Amino acid sequence: MNITAIRKDFPILHREVNGKPLVYFDNAATSQTPQQVIDVIVDYYQNYNANIHRGVHALSQEATDKYEQARVTIQKHFNIAKSHEVIFTSGTTHSINMVANGFGAFLSVGDEIVVSALEHHSNIVPWQMLCERTGAILKVIPMNLEGELVMETYKELLTNKTKLVFCNHVSNALGTVNPVETIIQEAHKVGAAVLIDGAQAAPHIKADMQALDVDFYTVSAHKVCGPTGAGMLYGKEEWLKKLPPYQGGGEMIAEVTFEKTTYADLPHKFEAGTPNICGGIAFAAALDYMNTIGFNDIATYEEELLEYATEKLLTIDGLKIYGTATNKTAVISFNIEGLHPYDIGSILDKLGIAVRTGHHCAQPIMDFYKIPGTVRASFSFYNTREEINLLVEGVERARNMLL
Amino acid sequence: MTIDKIQEEIIDEFSMFEDWMQRYEYMIDLGKSLPLIEEEFKTQDYIIKGCQSKVWVHAKLQEDKLVFTADSDAIITKGIIAILIRAFSNQKPQDIIDANTNFIDEIGLKEHLSPTRANGLVSMIKQIKLYAVAYQTQLK
Repeated sequence: MNITAIRKDFPILHREVNGKPLVYFDNAATSQTPQQVIDVIVDYYQNYNANIHRGVHALSQEATDKYEQARVTIQKHFNIAKSHEVIFTSGTTHSINMVANGFGAFLSVGDEIVVSALEHHSNIVPWQMLCERTGAILKVIPMNLEGELVMETYKELLTNKTKLVFCNHVSNALGTVNPVETIIQEAHKVGAAVLIDGAQAAPHIKADMQALDVDFYTVSAHKVCGPTGAGMLYGKEEWLKKLPPYQGGGEMIAEVTFEKTTYADLPHKFEAGTPNICGGIAFAAALDYMNTIGFNDIATYEEELLEYATEKLLTIDGLKIYGTATNKTAVISFNIEGLHPYDIGSILDKLGIAVRTGHHCAQPIMDFYKIPGTVRASFSFYNTREEINLLVEGVERARNMLL
Repeated sequence: MTIDKIQEEIIDEFSMFEDWMQRYEYMIDLGKSLPLIEEEFKTQDYIIKGCQSKVWVHAKLQEDKLVFTADSDAIITKGIIAILIRAFSNQKPQDIIDANTNFIDEIGLKEHLSPTRANGLVSMIKQIKLYAVAYQTQLK
């Protein structure tokens, strides 16, 4: 992997922040966009912006073709059996709500939904709402101190009342890679469906939908070098056929009279209204870009960065890392004894270093460790060891100023 | 001293600093040196929840003036609180209602008062003003 060449693809990496060269370590929040993807976005608006699936004119046809090609690119990337099992959404939150909303049709009082303790708020709230609506019960797979799910307890939680299991592939707050293969297999043994949130996994792991045999999987484009406001819901055909539509509107109907509406076939049943056409096309372009670099090389390189950064950061007095799972992505969540993460983040910002501070929308995890939050540095394939050195210097400087 | 005068004084002090490091070091010192609020008021009743750092504010009327005490779990936030208290505490409610907070911009700490920064400070200023409105009504 040629890092110098890769970094040239990302215009934003060459700007300054507070008079210092930007060091961008907030990749778990959103990834940066390479010129190749920016070009696709510009090309769309300059050359073939049109509404899709309905116009007879050339532009509409061209936009529709590109949008449907994008669906196929995404299908191939995730090894999805049928292209209509790819539903374009505005992102992971939208995708999850789509399932949570429709899944009420399959639940009755006393049924159970199992979620993991490692979830992002956006992953907890829709299930709480669903349980309130249906009388189903929410059960939680606990985590251990390393930030790994306790799989023995998970197996005990599964009963014939379990209708749905929900878990992220990779934890946003700690970087833990969850054993989704086992989670899916065990859930299927009791007849429960499984929804895996792949938002944090997608930039690091090329997930194979058919091999995983997962029922639903979600991804956000902006985590994989694509634009915000675009993403996908993967669903097995049998589930998508059963699941009631989420929103009413144009595109999702076959026939409408005031007495009855019949819904369109997949995927359009779930794609009401004019979609984020450019976003969908750019999402596919972003996956193409990442595949050109290669997910194996990305994983190897990021693991090197993670090891290097872990080792270096741990030399700082009083620094504690949260989330020490054996299998984790390039995310380091840490605190320094006696210091508030907000203070550390504020000083790093002054040094041009972008990290996330706070509870990372995963308050239950912070409550588990009894901390107000952490500083989270998350790395991407375009980051370097030199940048990690700057982070370590910055944290040391913050420590000296604050303590 | 009037709120305006105090704010001018603060701006003068900060104008001596040459860079952000000195400003921050001063703020951190302010934050460290001030035990701001009595423990009995560090409860849910007095908390202002920002997304990241917690802020507690308490107000009481002494004669015709409002006295504020406050605290935060983050030290830089605490430093800014110390400055806000210096500007607004021991003032008449009506003067607090009328006062502006532009001096925070001028001393180069604007980013901490951005509503999107989620550190509780914006809500704290709102709370200070709300206390002033409430006590002003009481005084009438």
